[in-house]
Amino acid sequence: MGERPDNYRYTQSHEWVAPAEDGTARIGITDHAQSSLGDLVFVELPEVGTSFNAGEQVAVVESVKAASDIYAPVAGEIASVNETLEDAPEQVNEDPFGEGWLFELKLESEEATESLLDAAAYKEVADADD
Amino acid sequence: MAFIPHTEADIRHMLGAVGVENIDDLFDEIDPRLRGVDLSSVPTHADERAITREMHERAARDADGLCFVGAGAYEHHVPAAVWELTTRGEFYSAYTPYQPEASQGTLQVTYEYQTMICGLTGMDVSNASLYDGASALAEAVLMAVRGNRKSRANRILMPASVHPFYRQVATNICANQGIQFETIGFEAASGRADQSALDQWTGEDVTAVVVPQPNFFGVLEDADALTDWAHNNGAFAIGVVNPVALALVSPPGDWGSGDGVDIAVGEGQPLGAPLSGGGPYFGILCCRTKHARQMPGRVVGKTVDAEGETGYVLTLQPREQHIRRSKATSNICTNQGLLVTAATIHMSLLGPDGLQNVAAHSAANTRKLVDKLTTLRGVERVFEAPFFHECALRLPVDSKTALDELASRGIFGGYAIDAHYDALSNVIIVCATETKTNADLEAYATTLADVLDNGKPARRRVSAA
Repeated sequence: MGERPDNYRYTQSHEWVAPAEDGTARIGITDHAQSSLGDLVFVELPEVGTSFNAGEQVAVVESVKAASDIYAPVAGEIASVNETLEDAPEQVNEDPFGEGWLFELKLESEEATESLLDAAAYKEVADADD
Repeated sequence: MAFIPHTEADIRHMLGAVGVENIDDLFDEIDPRLRGVDLSSVPTHADERAITREMHERAARDADGLCFVGAGAYEHHVPAAVWELTTRGEFYSAYTPYQPEASQGTLQVTYEYQTMICGLTGMDVSNASLYDGASALAEAVLMAVRGNRKSRANRILMPASVHPFYRQVATNICANQGIQFETIGFEAASGRADQSALDQWTGEDVTAVVVPQPNFFGVLEDADALTDWAHNNGAFAIGVVNPVALALVSPPGDWGSGDGVDIAVGEGQPLGAPLSGGGPYFGILCCRTKHARQMPGRVVGKTVDAEGETGYVLTLQPREQHIRRSKATSNICTNQGLLVTAATIHMSLLGPDGLQNVAAHSAANTRKLVDKLTTLRGVERVFEAPFFHECALRLPVDSKTALDELASRGIFGGYAIDAHYDALSNVIIVCATETKTNADLEAYATTLADVLDNGKPARRRVSAA
């Protein structure tokens, strides 16, 4: 279900990663994740400049029924965060792969994202949930 | 289902089903050192009649006598209506609400309580409720550690003038979570937190500063200066307050030159709960809106339903088990919910003027008592700073002996604080609330004069243990 851009990479924990050419990657949660969580009411974003290892907790998305940790899919330093979510967390529900992005990482290595799931592999992960 | 959940035969049957000989075998993967809790100080069981008798005997010991003990628990007049209403079946049997919209009456009480506490403290958001003031302080420390993202040190500056039991509880709950407490001493003359001890931490990574008002000695701290120090050093300020005192002294939401403290906590007992030998009490905890998501507990909101009728609903509960799962920090308890109901009814009956009256009379009575007691030879005030309704006095004799002697003559004369502070030998704190008459104050002064004159404690009271 839902769209899954082919040029993005994915994690088992439902984050998507869109690498850019300047060595950064934009990160958000998938359409499957946002629809499972329901209406988001709050997004807690990290501070720009903080570094994270892959798998470390970076952010929190909170819906009316659960608060869920968002993990760093790959290691890197926070380059920017989507501040519009502070006032409009519903953007994540409305446009999870676009306007609802969460933060951008300056990647420690450009190859890091290659080990993540591709769209087809993630489809199997998401389908297994349903 | 039978009242007794399982008989010996049931237990044998169940153990047989899982293939073990006895209960201990079930837990054999747990290190025996962790299992061995020594309960030898707990007496063996007694029958109902023996327990009832014991309780009556103990209650009788509390019943007569004039109480001048404060130290965190205060005897105030509780109008009869408070517990008459609180113990109505509708409140008494209601489980603390988790379903967002269920139990409208209970939710409305919580809503009213939260509104009143925010009004009293000058804070934005209040929960309802924690176990007691001490555990509320521990929760506030954990909130500060989660919420102050500029700080990495997990370092809390804790004045020694904070109630010793609060410090102990906060340390017990937090210390094993990598949080360090640094003690800030107090000025010998004033009894206030020592500003120069605080200044030693200037420029260091400090997560939060605890600001007691009034402090354990009853002394009014310079809460503005402590709050400003915290904020100027990138730390949170956590206020520890007495809710009754807030009717007279400036509320934590106004402290300092900025927006007041970040988190305020306190013991709710003075708002309608009887002393009851130490509990149950309840903790007050409130904060600024920006920290609401770090707050344990739930916030009730008011809305309208599809037909335009007023409805109450749980609006924010981000630290509760069903929202935050393994990272929940909830310490909410149904029993404390009932005490919140009592506090809400108590505050409604008193109103702001009534509460102010209680506070003013308590402060005035304590002043009168202190004036009387300090005319006795050798009895002197320990600290010069202004106090609210409690005051530290040094006695010319052993404080415990004097208090025991007073108790044997029907006067619970105060709390000996020597055990907590090396520098304060033979110091007691005394408290007189609005419940004391001039004759009561006179009775205390006369009896203490007699105890001091006669010196020797004729009938040393035997300890209850």
